Amino acid sequence: MIDANVTPELDARFRAAAVESGLVDVAYDLVDTPLGALLVAATEAGVCRISYDPEPEREVERLARLLGTRVLRAPKPVDEARRQLDEYFEHRRRDFDLDLDLQLPAPFSRRVLEELARVPYGETTTYGELALRADRPRAARAVGTVMNRNPIPIVLPCHRVVGRNGSLVGYGGGLERKEALLRLEGALL
Amino acid sequence: MEAVAVPPFERFYVEHRDVVFGFLVRRIGRNAAEDAFQETFLRALRGWHTLQHARHLRAWILTIAARVAIDAAAKQPSNSLLQGDEVAVEDGQPAYAELAFLADELPPTERAAVVLRYGYDLPYAEIGAALGSSEEAARAAASSGIRRLRKKEGLT
Repeated sequence: MIDANVTPELDARFRAAAVESGLVDVAYDLVDTPLGALLVAATEAGVCRISYDPEPEREVERLARLLGTRVLRAPKPVDEARRQLDEYFEHRRRDFDLDLDLQLPAPFSRRVLEELARVPYGETTTYGELALRADRPRAARAVGTVMNRNPIPIVLPCHRVVGRNGSLVGYGGGLERKEALLRLEGALL
Repeated sequence: MEAVAVPPFERFYVEHRDVVFGFLVRRIGRNAAEDAFQETFLRALRGWHTLQHARHLRAWILTIAARVAIDAAAKQPSNSLLQGDEVAVEDGQPAYAELAFLADELPPTERAAVVLRYGYDLPYAEIGAALGSSEEAARAAASSGIRRLRKKEGLT
């Protein structure tokens, strides 16, 4: 069968119309940052995922499984997140003001992420301290698991959570990214 | 046959967009094809949740595209249908509608082959490509589908 190449304009027009039609479960796009390309995804309710995964294909499969198979790459639904991320990386923004779609079944996870969202720019806290603020003082390890599964890193600042002795411990995007974010915020010298 | 999970729409769209656009350009010309292209994939998006499995997705999207091309040609008689004229229309019912209904009970591959061959008049090479098999396999599926239909209708 002879193909005719779809022009970028036609392609963009369809993607925009699809979003406009309200038939898309999850829209996503890649956002360039100093830490590499991020995959940012949003539902109609808000940003639902930021991923460091260099293989968008894998993340797209995952989004389809979790949120519905009508996943489509389209820039508009993530434009606001893109703008705010740009500002953050250019030291022009300290707090994010975005609608978030947190599809979390466990009340504990939700509670911990709410507490996490309150950790200010340029400061760090510890896993134990976060457990304490979530009224589960002995759940530091469980807090670590919630951080590890944080669906929206950077915006929900799990990079600000470190070990009691100041060690960086771990980060979904790799320790060097955690360090870079803390340096950007001036929390590390 | 084991179930094939429905893929993310993005993957499906990227895999099939050029084939669909090529099909539409040949049917109704480049200008009309651009609108028809968008409409085709919007219809696919609308019907996406009704898919039970991912077999014959290419045949599925080409069937939608063929329908959109016919609608587009009907709406704009001045924009002449390049090849679609040959789709026979009786009592306002295009031939493919009756065929699709008749072929409803055929196994999926045979059904797709029969509808694409006799409803849309696609050459076997294109049907083979649509079904992800060969020209020969498409010819075999169509003829076995027709045999089965004849038997069902008591024509042999």
